[in-house]
Amino acid sequence: MISDTAFWTLTALLGIGTFLIRFSFLGWLGGRELPPWALLHLKYVGAAVFPALITPLLLWPDATGGQTDPIRLLAAVAAFAAGIRFGVVPAIVAGMGSLYLLQFITGA
Amino acid sequence: MTPTRAFWRGYLDCAPFILIVVPYSMMFGVVARDAGLDVLQTFAMSAIVIAGASQFTALALLQDQAPVFIALLAALAVNLRMAMYSAALVPHIGHAPLGLRALAAYLMVDQAFAVAVRTYEERPDMPKPAKLAYYFGCMALICPFWYGSTLAGALLREAIPASWSLDFAVPVCFIALVAPLLRSAPHLVAAFAACAGSIAFAGLPWSLGIFAAALLGIAAGAQTELALKRRAEA
Repeated sequence: MISDTAFWTLTALLGIGTFLIRFSFLGWLGGRELPPWALLHLKYVGAAVFPALITPLLLWPDATGGQTDPIRLLAAVAAFAAGIRFGVVPAIVAGMGSLYLLQFITGA
Repeated sequence: MTPTRAFWRGYLDCAPFILIVVPYSMMFGVVARDAGLDVLQTFAMSAIVIAGASQFTALALLQDQAPVFIALLAALAVNLRMAMYSAALVPHIGHAPLGLRALAAYLMVDQAFAVAVRTYEERPDMPKPAKLAYYFGCMALICPFWYGSTLAGALLREAIPASWSLDFAVPVCFIALVAPLLRSAPHLVAAFAACAGSIAFAGLPWSLGIFAAALLGIAAGAQTELALKRRAEA
């Protein structure tokens, strides 16, 4: 359960912070360039942050009380394959679809 | 090209992305309600932040009982890529008055940004007022669908039974976001290093393991790129 205070604090600060990131160059910094080391590392933020978040959610899901669930792992692989090949929405369809299919087949 | 025509051109050029934005933001609505937010909170978060990946990130961490500042830092890290968008837009719409630049910043979303910058590159002769109008045309299509579908998802949540395993929608949305990014060797190395790190650091308190793993992945990706470059030059 998420408390109201935690939620509104987070949303307000995230809203302000995200706006400042978006406004940064357009608003104040004008034509100035980011230093090369920053550009080099920024490129890999998405590729690193998401897998770091996903891994514990996949290996130890709350819904099974933290037990590793082979069905969820297989469905994750299906979503990943569809995502690399076809993009965002096919990955969601493949992931949820194979979860339901495997749960139906195994009677889980 | 007149600004009016440019606005509608941008609007139409972004139309295919409705197919992505609608299910994705509905999914956010459903998942947020599932995590215990009410309809107003769910809608407010989408309207204030308009950055789906960071919203999913913040929600997943709050639900995991992480402290607010950890959830905030992780969500902001996910949004740092938009500093690059902001820099890329300066030559095209940096001439606009401050108020419009602030509005442009608030509305900056991935898909519409990608379409706008591609068009600017393909049509270098586009006059500056047309570029600005084109930008707002792109965003004017995406944003209402973003708000509306989040609300629809939040309201539909009541109709979805627990047997649908919606908890799984969160990792699936993240996988869907990250898979198309992994198109080069350094990106794959970054992803695998982050996975390995998050298993190795799973014991750290306050979800700090996720941070450590992400930093490890970013460094691994950057170092791989440098190593490949050195090898190509040698």
